[in-house]
Amino acid sequence: MLTTAPAKYRRKRIDPLVVLVFFLLAGVTAMLGRTICIMPQQMPGLENEVARHLHNSGVASPVTAVLLNFRGYDTLLEVMVLFLAVLGVWSLTRATFVGYMGDVSPVQLAMVRLLAPFMFLVAAYLVWQGSHLAGGAFQGGAVLGGAGVLMLITDLPWLPMVPARPLRCGLALGPVVFLSVALGCLIWSGGFLVYPLQAAAFLLVLIEAACALSIGLTLAALFVGGRPYGELMEEQPYEGGSGQGDE
Amino acid sequence: MMSTNLLYSLTGLVLFALGLYALIVCSHLLRKILASNIMSSGVFLMLVSTAYRAGNGKIDPVPHAMVLTGIVVSVSATALALVLACRVQETSNVTLVREEYQHDTSGA
Repeated sequence: MLTTAPAKYRRKRIDPLVVLVFFLLAGVTAMLGRTICIMPQQMPGLENEVARHLHNSGVASPVTAVLLNFRGYDTLLEVMVLFLAVLGVWSLTRATFVGYMGDVSPVQLAMVRLLAPFMFLVAAYLVWQGSHLAGGAFQGGAVLGGAGVLMLITDLPWLPMVPARPLRCGLALGPVVFLSVALGCLIWSGGFLVYPLQAAAFLLVLIEAACALSIGLTLAALFVGGRPYGELMEEQPYEGGSGQGDE
Repeated sequence: MMSTNLLYSLTGLVLFALGLYALIVCSHLLRKILASNIMSSGVFLMLVSTAYRAGNGKIDPVPHAMVLTGIVVSVSATALALVLACRVQETSNVTLVREEYQHDTSGA
C-alpha cells in the first residue's frame, strides 16, 4: 500500500516541461490571434489581377485559371508529390487489404454497384465543369478516389483481378501528360507552361482529365496501402524462374 | 459577415495550436500523425477565410487554389506517414512505439 501510493502520485504529477510547452504555445497563439484581429478586414488580394488576366488563361473559372495556368508550376509539382507518395507507399509494403474484408452485406454490395457508376459520372462532370465554374481535377479526383474506396471496402470480386500494369499507367498518366504539355509549351511558345492562347482551353481540360484520373487512382491506391500482387518486375528472379509464383 | 470571417480565422488558429501542442507532447506516432492533420486543417481554414477579406463580395482565388491542392496532398502525406509508422512499429523495438503503454504498466 505504501509503495503504490507514491507511484500513483508520481504518475499524476504534471511534467514541468509540458507546462512550459503549454504556456509557450498559449503565448504564441495569443499573439497570432491578436495579429488576426488587427489585420485590416478589407485586404486587397490578387483577385483583381486574376480577373484582369482571366481572358488569357483559356478558362472562365478563376480558381482553375490560378491552379493550372498562373500557378501551373506549383500544381505540376503537387501532382508529382502525389505520385511520389504512391511510389513511397508501394516501395514500403505490399497490399494486404483486398480479399480480407470478410462478409459484406448484400445491401452494401447492391448500393455500391448502383452508386459507383453514378460517382464516376459526377467526377467526369466535375472535371468538365472546372473550366467555367467550381470544380476541376482535384475535386473530380477526390470523388473518383471515394468511389474507389467504396468499391474496395465492398470487396467486389473482380477487384483483385485488376492487372497491375494499366493501374501503374493510370497512376503515371496525370504527371506524364502535365509534364509533356509543359515541355511542349517550352518548345512551341518558348516558355515552360506558357500555353499558346488558341489551344489553352483544350490543353487545360486535357491536363485536368488526366490528373483527375491519376488523383482518383492515387487516393484509392493509398487507401489500399501497398503495392498490388502480380506483374512485378523484381518478383520474377526470386520466384525461381518458372511462371508467375503468386497467382 | 466580418465577425463570421474572424470566427473562422480564430478557429483555424486554435486548431493549429491544439495540433502543435499534441505534436510536441504526445509520443505515439499515430497521435503525431493525427496532430499534424489537425494542424493542416487549421491552416486550410485560415487560408480559406483569409480569401474572403478581399471585400465587396469578391473572393481571392489564389488561396482557394492553394487549399484545393493542399487538401489532396495532405491526405497522401498522411497515407505515407501511416505506412511509415506501421513500418517503424514492425521493425523497431516495441517499447519505443508503445511508450505510453509501458508507462501505464510500470506505474500501476
